[in-house]
Amino acid sequence: MAKSALLKSSIAKKVAMALSGLFLVLFLAQHFFINMTSVFSADTFNSISHFMGNNPLVQFVIQPILIVGVIFHFIMGFVLEFKNNSARPISYAKNNGAANSSWASRNMIVSGSVVLAFLLLHFYDFWVPEMVYKYVDVSPLNETRYFHELAEKFESPVRTGLYSLSFLLLSLHLWHGFNSSFQSVGFNNKYSKSLHTLGYAFAIVVPFGFIFIALFHHFNH
Amino acid sequence: MAPCHSTFDFRLYDFQTKNMKLTLKIWRQKNAAAEGKIVEYPIDGIEPDMSFLEMLDILNDELIVKGEDTVAFDHDCREGICGMCSLYINGEAHGPDRLVTTCQLHMRKFKDGDTIFIEPFRAKAFPVIKDLVVDRSSFDRIQQSGGFISVNTSGNTIDANTIPIPKHDADRAFDAATCIGCGACVASCKNSSAMLFVSAKVSQFALLPQGKVEAADRVLNMVAQMDAEGFGNCTNTGACEVECPKGISLENIARMNREYLSASLKG
Amino acid sequence: MALDSKIPGGSVSDKWTNYKDHINLVNPANKRNLDIIVVGTGLAGGSAAATLAELGYNVKAFCFQDSPRRAHSIAAQGGINAAKNYQGDGDSTFRLFYDTVKGGDYRAREANVHRLAEVSVNIIDQCVAQGVPFAREYGGLLDNRSFGGTLVSRTFYAKGQTGQQLLLGAYSAMNRQIGRGKIKMHNRHEMLDLVIVNGKARGIIARNLVTGEIERHSAHAVVIASGGYGNVFFLSTNAMGSNVTAAWKIHKRGAYFANPCYTQIHPTCIPVSGDHQAKLTLMSESLRNDGRIWVPAKLEDAKAIREGKLKPTQIAEADRDYYLERRYPAFGNLVPRDIASRAAKERCDAGFGVNKTGEAVYLDFAAAIERYGVDQARLKHLDENDKALVVQLGTEVVANKYGNLFQMYEKIVDENPYATPMMIYPAVHYTMGGTWVDYNLQTTIPGCFSIGESNFSDHGANRLGASALMQGLADGYFVLPYTIGDYLAPDIKMGTISTDSPEFEQAENNVKQQIVALMNNGGSKPADYFHKKLGKIMWDKVGMARNAEGLTEAQNEIAAIREEFYKEVKIPGTADSFNPELAKALRIADFLELGELFAKDALHRNESCGGHFREEYQTPEGEAQRDDENFAYVAAWEYKGKPSDAVLHKEQLVFDNVKLVQRSYK
Repeated sequence: MAKSALLKSSIAKKVAMALSGLFLVLFLAQHFFINMTSVFSADTFNSISHFMGNNPLVQFVIQPILIVGVIFHFIMGFVLEFKNNSARPISYAKNNGAANSSWASRNMIVSGSVVLAFLLLHFYDFWVPEMVYKYVDVSPLNETRYFHELAEKFESPVRTGLYSLSFLLLSLHLWHGFNSSFQSVGFNNKYSKSLHTLGYAFAIVVPFGFIFIALFHHFNH
Repeated sequence: MAPCHSTFDFRLYDFQTKNMKLTLKIWRQKNAAAEGKIVEYPIDGIEPDMSFLEMLDILNDELIVKGEDTVAFDHDCREGICGMCSLYINGEAHGPDRLVTTCQLHMRKFKDGDTIFIEPFRAKAFPVIKDLVVDRSSFDRIQQSGGFISVNTSGNTIDANTIPIPKHDADRAFDAATCIGCGACVASCKNSSAMLFVSAKVSQFALLPQGKVEAADRVLNMVAQMDAEGFGNCTNTGACEVECPKGISLENIARMNREYLSASLKG
Repeated sequence: MALDSKIPGGSVSDKWTNYKDHINLVNPANKRNLDIIVVGTGLAGGSAAATLAELGYNVKAFCFQDSPRRAHSIAAQGGINAAKNYQGDGDSTFRLFYDTVKGGDYRAREANVHRLAEVSVNIIDQCVAQGVPFAREYGGLLDNRSFGGTLVSRTFYAKGQTGQQLLLGAYSAMNRQIGRGKIKMHNRHEMLDLVIVNGKARGIIARNLVTGEIERHSAHAVVIASGGYGNVFFLSTNAMGSNVTAAWKIHKRGAYFANPCYTQIHPTCIPVSGDHQAKLTLMSESLRNDGRIWVPAKLEDAKAIREGKLKPTQIAEADRDYYLERRYPAFGNLVPRDIASRAAKERCDAGFGVNKTGEAVYLDFAAAIERYGVDQARLKHLDENDKALVVQLGTEVVANKYGNLFQMYEKIVDENPYATPMMIYPAVHYTMGGTWVDYNLQTTIPGCFSIGESNFSDHGANRLGASALMQGLADGYFVLPYTIGDYLAPDIKMGTISTDSPEFEQAENNVKQQIVALMNNGGSKPADYFHKKLGKIMWDKVGMARNAEGLTEAQNEIAAIREEFYKEVKIPGTADSFNPELAKALRIADFLELGELFAKDALHRNESCGGHFREEYQTPEGEAQRDDENFAYVAAWEYKGKPSDAVLHKEQLVFDNVKLVQRSYK
């Protein structure tokens, strides 16, 4: 069989979806770790942010990979959703999905879309100004600006509310997605049970941690 | 005296039983090309000990007497093993009971006065033939693309006990092999994916030494055929495992993913 | 025509080997020029189609289901016999041969049965090579269990789904050939006539069940593998679609029908629960390894149970009648099926039945649960006097062995069989009779073969458990592929057979006329009405116990129903579309003819043997009384226009290797 056919196969797509998802989980974990430092120490947060924002490896190697990963995961998600929907041209008059599967697993496209909307907002809020600051205006280095930028974003209750809501949906997305990715790459054995616990824990701790950080800054500044 | 279901009902015994009155909402479609719609049928005198298909038998006898066309549905063994019966009942493949096919579903799972939706298994790869009957030959074509071990059936082979197989592996291969090919997995899956069905066969052979010889080609070919038939992609919702009348495990899907990846990487 | 069974000479153990060495073969290049039609895709048809295609013939296979995988062989539960002697308990080809002839009450053909026993070992090898997941022991080797009517463990099994696993093996072999283009599969097709050209079977007329189209298919030989006709009783363990049509159509074209009255009533089925019932469900014979069968010993207790005033668990041990253990101490609950069934009927007829219909006996696992529980308690060094613990441990063991059957029972009956005894009653299960065939499995029509349950086969008047799967696969994998070559050898230069001949046209018109007549008769009753009526006559008068008076009545009554059927049946819809009612009516029409011949055969056989029990012919203890002097023959009936006019031909059975004695399981 030709290699090109393999890349088009349903399982190859599924594995690509899983791997890009796992990669984003890793990104999320480090992002969470850095943000969490803002709760304890503005200085630590500033210094890590400065490193991430100015290290060439992070900026010119990891950041592009991340962007490609994000775009791939989203586009693939929409493509698969479209294909999967067309595999059933006439839908059921009565369907009881709740009887056999979780809401999260059936609505990855909904939670994913909300997360995408949030990401766009997030890019607009942080990433675009950051890029403009560094590469368009070529403003001077300022190793202590990060914490303030963060804190002032959470002043608005509306923005904080939206932020929290999107992380709620990210939690649902991860609730299914994290464990699902292991199944997709063929990992299902005696360790799966412990891994599932880890996956569910991650799906709760990390998004709710982000929400905590947002609320913390909202109420403390 | 039990109530008469139709003028020509023929009774072997007289029983005193509880009766149920139901409203059936059934998908009617004249043939593959015609448009279909849900049609409502009231039905009375249903006993809790009847099977779901016996309830439909009664409806059909009433329709014949009225001069109407009967509701077509697939069924054969009526003991849950042939895989012929299908039906999406009240939003679930094979109805609300677990680990049973429609033919083993009994009316005691419903209440007097219930409305019951009865629809065909829906998927692009399962086109409707008539009413509730669908064409599942896509499943056959997937099996034809590699669901076998290429041994000569007409000649002598080695003695059966020269291939010892650990009991644990043999039991798991058996569990995978109990798939009856009914299509409930496809019908229940929000993506109409056939992964549980295909992975059951791939797993049965992947777990046995006799099947390992052709394992790589088998999984590549069967997945290619599955994709060509127009089934959707698995997103691991797990609905298939819950609705499977034989309890085929999701582990099989993981195993097939693994087999597929290693076969692709080997090229 | 005189019957020639074509049994080869020589001693019974050499016949098959010598015969194979000397028959005509078709060379591989010529097999490509020969077409074979196979009707039915169960164990016999599926394995035959796969093997014939493997050999190089072009196979056209037909089944009425939507896939060959759904043939009713799939429902066989218990297992498949083979004389492997893996257990070292004294089994051998001869012993399997002997048990089968004796189990069949000495009404089977010795040469065929010996061949069956010989190839039984190849079947297991073949199926394992195909990936059939048989049960295994912890050492990795194959496991065996024991079945009724034998004293060795020779039954291979895959939990309670042996038939399914074997059929899926044959189906996978077929799939390989379908993929290669050597089998052309016709799903959802029903054979409605056989086409004979110049005295030889050369094709069939089939109805496409999806489009309603009547199609012509030609071939150099036609193989019928369409299963048994138990559905003539309406209620049976057969599938709803199981039918006699293909076998009956060839009968009407000249194939003799042998021993139609030999029907197996299986002792352990779930009793009829209501008048709405469409089919009966079997509980595997393997349950009799551990279950004890009983009814109350006192009539008043039985009556109280029927009225719901007493529960079986309230009946004291001394007030229970374990009638099989009482009557047959040597085999106990594991007597052959015909004997177990008749004994249950005898008790129920005497008023000891235990469900509301009075037609059920108990199959009780309490003793087994206790026995296993005590074993387990000792093994695990727990207190064997703790009753609750013993029951719990024992229940686990029983669940391990029979869990799927217990679950099935509970789903259907809504009672927990671990806590209260199961209720069972005999039901029609298998038909030993069928198309007459010679040693080559060829019917009296040249070029028309019949294999598996559809032939009158190897089981005589009663089939032993786990022998049906063995016979189906033996015929399909290992016998027919040889013998059909001998027939086809002269046809290698014929070329494709045209379907434009007058013979095809006449057969097609026949079918079309019958359909038009049925569709336009102005009737008003559903086809099932006639089927149920036929079934009731069959069960009451041609069932487990028969007598001359009832059989005579049955013949007349069935003929009358048949006449009414053609006038009164109502088939909705159209003939040129998917029409399940039309398909059903066409099958019932054939059952209505077969039923009459069935009764006629039972009436003519003035003896009791195996599944055929005539009340007039029994020993003082109520056992079957054979008449070897006058009835040690196969009754093969020739069609003469009406079942009542059928002409009897006799194939005398010769027993050189087994001594005819009164069967005893005491």
